[in-house]
Amino acid sequence: METEEEKFDALIDADDRIEPTDWMPENYRKTLIRQIAQHAHSEIIGMQPEGNWLTRAPSLRRKAILTAKVQDEAGHGLYLYGAAETLGTDRSELLDLLHAGRQKYSSIFNYPTLTWADIGAIGWLVDGAAIMNQVPLCRCSFGPYARAMVRICKEESFHQRQGFQIMLTLANGTDAQREMAQDALNRWWWPTVMMFGPADADSPHSEQNMRWGIKRISNDDLRQKFIDATVPQAELLGLTIPDPDLHWDEERETYDIGEIDWDEFWTVVGGNGPCNDDRMATKVGAYNEGEWVREAASAYAIKQAARAKEVAA
Amino acid sequence: MSADWPAWEVFVRARRGVNHVHAGTVHAPDAGLAIENARDLYTRRSEGVSLWVVRSSDVVSSDPDERHSMFDPAADKSYRQPTDYELPPEVAHM
Amino acid sequence: MSGPTDNSPLLTYVLRQGDRSLVLAQRLLENVAHAPELEEDMALGNIALDLIGQARLLYTYAGEIDGEGNDENHYAYWRDDTDFTNPLLVEQPNGDFAHLVTRQFLYDAFAAPFWAALAMSSDESLAAIAAKAVKETAYHLRHSRGWMIRLGDGTDESHQRMQAAVDQLWRFTDELFEQDAVEEGLQAGGVAPDMEALRAQWTATVDAVLAEATLTHPEDSTMRNGGRRGAHDEPFSFLIGEMQVVARAHPGASW
Repeated sequence: METEEEKFDALIDADDRIEPTDWMPENYRKTLIRQIAQHAHSEIIGMQPEGNWLTRAPSLRRKAILTAKVQDEAGHGLYLYGAAETLGTDRSELLDLLHAGRQKYSSIFNYPTLTWADIGAIGWLVDGAAIMNQVPLCRCSFGPYARAMVRICKEESFHQRQGFQIMLTLANGTDAQREMAQDALNRWWWPTVMMFGPADADSPHSEQNMRWGIKRISNDDLRQKFIDATVPQAELLGLTIPDPDLHWDEERETYDIGEIDWDEFWTVVGGNGPCNDDRMATKVGAYNEGEWVREAASAYAIKQAARAKEVAA
Repeated sequence: MSADWPAWEVFVRARRGVNHVHAGTVHAPDAGLAIENARDLYTRRSEGVSLWVVRSSDVVSSDPDERHSMFDPAADKSYRQPTDYELPPEVAHM
Repeated sequence: MSGPTDNSPLLTYVLRQGDRSLVLAQRLLENVAHAPELEEDMALGNIALDLIGQARLLYTYAGEIDGEGNDENHYAYWRDDTDFTNPLLVEQPNGDFAHLVTRQFLYDAFAAPFWAALAMSSDESLAAIAAKAVKETAYHLRHSRGWMIRLGDGTDESHQRMQAAVDQLWRFTDELFEQDAVEEGLQAGGVAPDMEALRAQWTATVDAVLAEATLTHPEDSTMRNGGRRGAHDEPFSFLIGEMQVVARAHPGASW
């Protein structure tokens, strides 16, 4: 007789999907909860650096686009929390873990948005990198996560385009606008390159996650794909990527980049980036301030249900 | 008092003439807000013309451990499929 | 405002409607990522998007009336704070969620019959813009009404917060129905609806919802106005300054 574990492995080997009610190894469950939650938290915290510019967007069209985009991020967070909840953890538990600093979100959102061009750079670079990461996850072995990713990828394609269009407009604009665009690229390039996570050699869980179909492409491979796609786009914009060592490698037929400053990466991951404290304070503050609202709505629902019963009786 | 709102399953009818299809979940304190939240989350790109919401805790599902006894017995009844019947080539459509 | 079209009542009228939608949207955008639950962030985002959309249509139409080649952004970014003619209600700074919901509801209860009446306008462009807004606003009202009742009749704390918000915002409701020579002139031509006729509908909606929410409204508020003359409250200049800061730093730039 086949054990539960053998049945699970057979599904994985057949590249079939695991559904929430299936038996799964405890570590598979834990890894997924952690990864989906971190992904959901990233969407939600990611609303802050961009939300910051909603009131200052320099045209009404840009204001509408950015509003729709930030709203999509809340939506994507919701899809992902929903996927995580199928594994038996409530959203409120995941939020508690985030608020307590026990679950993380993407470090990229701990960098500040200082000018309007940062909104362009985030769409172009950060969303571009996120899409690179997310497309393979549409084939993740866990059904609810894969389905959430399909929906997210479909909706997110406009996010990168609108960012690139902002950069293109700035790059072709006034001198001040072009400077603003270059400055944003200077500040966002390296943090974006780091978004793919540590080098494969320093990525401890990668192999198991590949085996489980939670991760499909390695950090370094995704990073390279992103760089190869983005360098020509920067050239098209007439902007300079802030890496003197960047060059085309004839032999590998791909771009080589300079040394990544992993100290900076670990500093920000460790909670000491420019905005870590502000992001968390804003998130926790909003959640706590909403407590009386959530409580009152629940109280009202109970009252209404009791009244309906009374009427029926 | 728990401040946490319960989860609701959301079903969206994409256009007239097709079934409501499961889209995902929302959290809401009551059915009215569940419908509104579902509208704002699942139909903001014109994905729907009608919505159903049902409390997630009210959904009854089949037991995954019984899936073999539930679903495997249907597998050997190929005679339910039209492809099981070979027709003379003269009969183009049936 | 200055220029040769100062006296175009239709332009003035259209800008009033656009300003009202845009300023309320701006307040809602300040609140993004601060809603009590993620689902509510989605809802407020949708409402803000509808309001921005209304403002864009109205400002674009204003540009056509003006005939000076002004686009929608001209009216949002290149007029001074004192040129804006929105009622004071929609510019009131965000307080707690009770305040936000109450501001929205008192406005929605006005906007729903207002757009419905304007959809009958003899001015076809205005009627078309209003017809679109009617649907949007019906939904906004459904949403804000639901929150008024949930929170008014929720817990002691939520009831107190809601009552405080109604007490504070009530004084700004009269101004919604203000009419002057501009409006009266347009009413004669069937362009603009009679605001006094809308008041009865607003009162009926508000009274019914407040009753269901177990809330009351003050009987003797000293009503405030001035928005229409550009006499806004102190925080308004900050709202406009923030909105325009990037655009104004780069005259002539496109975005």
